[in-house]
Amino acid sequence: MGSYLIRRFFLMLLTLFGISVLIFTMLRLVPGNIADIVFNAAGMIDVAEKAKLEKELGLDQPIAVQYVKWVTGLARGDLGYSYVSEKPAIQEILPRIPITAKLAGLALSFAILFGVPLGVLSAVRQNSKLDYILRVISLSGLSMPAFWLGLLILMACVKFFNTIPIYTNPPVGFWNSLWLFSIPAAAVGFRSSALVMRLTRSSMLEVLRQDYIRTARAKGASNNSVNFHHALRNAVLPVVTVIGLEAAFLMGGLIVTETVFNIPGVARFLVEAIRWRDYPIVQNLVMFIAIVAVSINFLVDLLYAVLDPRIKYS
Amino acid sequence: MGARISALAIAILACLTISNVQAAEPKHGGILHIYHRETPPSLSIHEEATFSVNAPAMALFNNLVLYDQHKPQNSMGTIVPELADSWAWSSDNLSLTFKLHQGVKWHDGQPFTSKDVKCTFDLLQGKGEDKFRKNPRKDLFNNISDVTTNGDFEVTLHLNRPQPSILAMLASGYTPMYSCHVPSAQMRTHPIGTGPFKFVEFKQNELIKLEKNPDYWKKGLPYLDGIEYTIISNRATAVLAFVAGKVDMTFPTELTSALIKDIKTQDPTAVCEIAPINVSTNLIVNREKPPFDNLELRKAMALALDRKAMIDIIFQGQGDIGGTMLPPPEGVWGMPPDMLKTIPGYGDVKKDREQAREIMTKLGYSADKPLKIKVSTRNIATYRDPAVVLIDQLKSIYIDAELDPVESSQWFAKVARNDYSVGLNLTGNGIDDPDQAFYENYACGSERNYTHYCNKELEALFDKQSVETDVQKRKTMVWEIDKKLQEDVARPILMHARSGMCWKPFVKNMTVMNNSAYNGYRYEDVWLDK
Repeated sequence: MGSYLIRRFFLMLLTLFGISVLIFTMLRLVPGNIADIVFNAAGMIDVAEKAKLEKELGLDQPIAVQYVKWVTGLARGDLGYSYVSEKPAIQEILPRIPITAKLAGLALSFAILFGVPLGVLSAVRQNSKLDYILRVISLSGLSMPAFWLGLLILMACVKFFNTIPIYTNPPVGFWNSLWLFSIPAAAVGFRSSALVMRLTRSSMLEVLRQDYIRTARAKGASNNSVNFHHALRNAVLPVVTVIGLEAAFLMGGLIVTETVFNIPGVARFLVEAIRWRDYPIVQNLVMFIAIVAVSINFLVDLLYAVLDPRIKYS
Repeated sequence: MGARISALAIAILACLTISNVQAAEPKHGGILHIYHRETPPSLSIHEEATFSVNAPAMALFNNLVLYDQHKPQNSMGTIVPELADSWAWSSDNLSLTFKLHQGVKWHDGQPFTSKDVKCTFDLLQGKGEDKFRKNPRKDLFNNISDVTTNGDFEVTLHLNRPQPSILAMLASGYTPMYSCHVPSAQMRTHPIGTGPFKFVEFKQNELIKLEKNPDYWKKGLPYLDGIEYTIISNRATAVLAFVAGKVDMTFPTELTSALIKDIKTQDPTAVCEIAPINVSTNLIVNREKPPFDNLELRKAMALALDRKAMIDIIFQGQGDIGGTMLPPPEGVWGMPPDMLKTIPGYGDVKKDREQAREIMTKLGYSADKPLKIKVSTRNIATYRDPAVVLIDQLKSIYIDAELDPVESSQWFAKVARNDYSVGLNLTGNGIDDPDQAFYENYACGSERNYTHYCNKELEALFDKQSVETDVQKRKTMVWEIDKKLQEDVARPILMHARSGMCWKPFVKNMTVMNNSAYNGYRYEDVWLDK
């Protein structure tokens, strides 16, 4: 197990190195840099001033030099300065992480709380009315675009309650925060829960046909015991993988929800930073998301061994 | 009995009148909540060229002189004193002296003096040690040869030649006074002004917060305790936020007539106005690139335009047809309609297109052998949509055009490189004044003269109208210049946009400027009747 952990750790580092090279290069392959955009925003091009700004920001240096500077800064905990706000990048990034983390955490909770039990229910009542209804709901969850659902929710809130659950000021207190984040989380979580539900259902159906389930029933185990103790534990492995992938996606992929509900989270900030070619923000944020994604994958792998004792890492 | 009833009626009327007057009495307090359409590039007005910056930042500053904030049409006659109590021209009209208001303080407590005025112009002209990162309106002040101070409260602008319009430029929201002691870099992120509101916070993608300046030099102002701009980039969300009362006002110039109709349906109490914003949509043709070096071909293109159809399609009829200058009645300098109709391409569309086809046939093009071109434009809806309509209109004269959407960051660089054949561009005018429009967009060698149109004779007329002090005489000269520009197909103007904004009925004293979208955001006497 120890050697496996060390191997995985080095593999993670290697993956992160690859991602850092990729994002650094790709960002510079996109046409235009911050100097272009700064002048473009003013509707003018002053070649000399533009060159001066590029020099000031170190953009005139060879790409390899820029990369080394960034990585060595990263190692020292210096993330550089945002080109747009001219503040340290860390000051811009850090406050946004808890906002997205709250939203992603709530959305994931929504997905698990609804997706897993309803998936089990749908499987054990296969081809019943309830199963059909749940399957239709899950299908609509998968096919409904998040922005459309989000806007629909907002319009309904305005029409029927004359209020709008969007982020305009940081919420004060736990309940305010819960109220503000729960609606967008439900809008995102609906899709995730549909995914989890369908996967749980199909996985459960497969497991429920296994011999050991029949044996458990023959031994007089109750339905609940069979479904939740014997079947679910084995059916949940692929679901855990998907939940892990969803968690990683939610940290950086909430752009639509953050835009519709006006949440100043990581994803919206990232897109804005890409638009401005704010390299220090984009690079560091992408690295952060990559670290989260890689770490979650690692945790999911470890969770396999906990959920299924037959899995051994060496 | 009758007399008693009359007396009672008079008494009731008097009470009602008094209560109305009391209701109209401005109230102090409250925060005005406005949504902002995007994160502005910075808060330094001098370094930017978008009302995304002017709208929140203008309330932080004062100008020497300013357009009256409650007269919708900006003109020479609506310029009022601000930091300058008075101004006087020298007898030769070559110097303009301002007497400054005493006792004005910057938000950090430092006194405002004539040195600050000099520093502002040094920054604008790139003369000082401190420099702007970019200086988009540097050329506007080329005519100022020197700025001298006489004591702390008198400053004189010395001009190379007489230019009455210099006052108009100073009155624009684009020309606030900056201080000597605050570096220009700081002004981008934490501006210090003398204005009615002080800067509190600017968070990207989140908000811009201003608070009342308690030491404001205009006694009793501002009425508001603060202004908060919530940045809501998704327009559907922003409109819903306004309807739900989360914000008191929409972002200026942000609403189309369709959206206003939608808002009024959902909130009939909303006060909404649509006005021209002095932004023209125009056709740029690369006159150095064959076959567009042929004036006849460019003329045919101008004759193909159906401006009314374009306005109907893009703005649901909420736009204006005009030349370079914004057309009347909102525009001060625009050509009268009768004169406009005499310009080729502004008359009967059917006849004009017939004539255009004849030209194209002479040049060897036909329905079977069309001229294949690309129409380049910025890849954002306000540019792309009219470009698509333009492409359709050009088809009527044997021009088979294809849309070339250019990534926004590359647009001006591409145009500056002359790397286009035909393009569609939007031109915003900070002030409704011929000097700004002509020199910036049509003078030989100007950075923003994208088509490189250069007519020395006409440029001499630019100078002639610029020195003219008689407004009526100047107007006639401006009309002739504008007409010539259109006839020369220098940069055919397709239309002038109109857009709108809404606010809740309790927001009082709000005036929408109707010939510029850059000058009406001081908000010092806006108040909330809550």
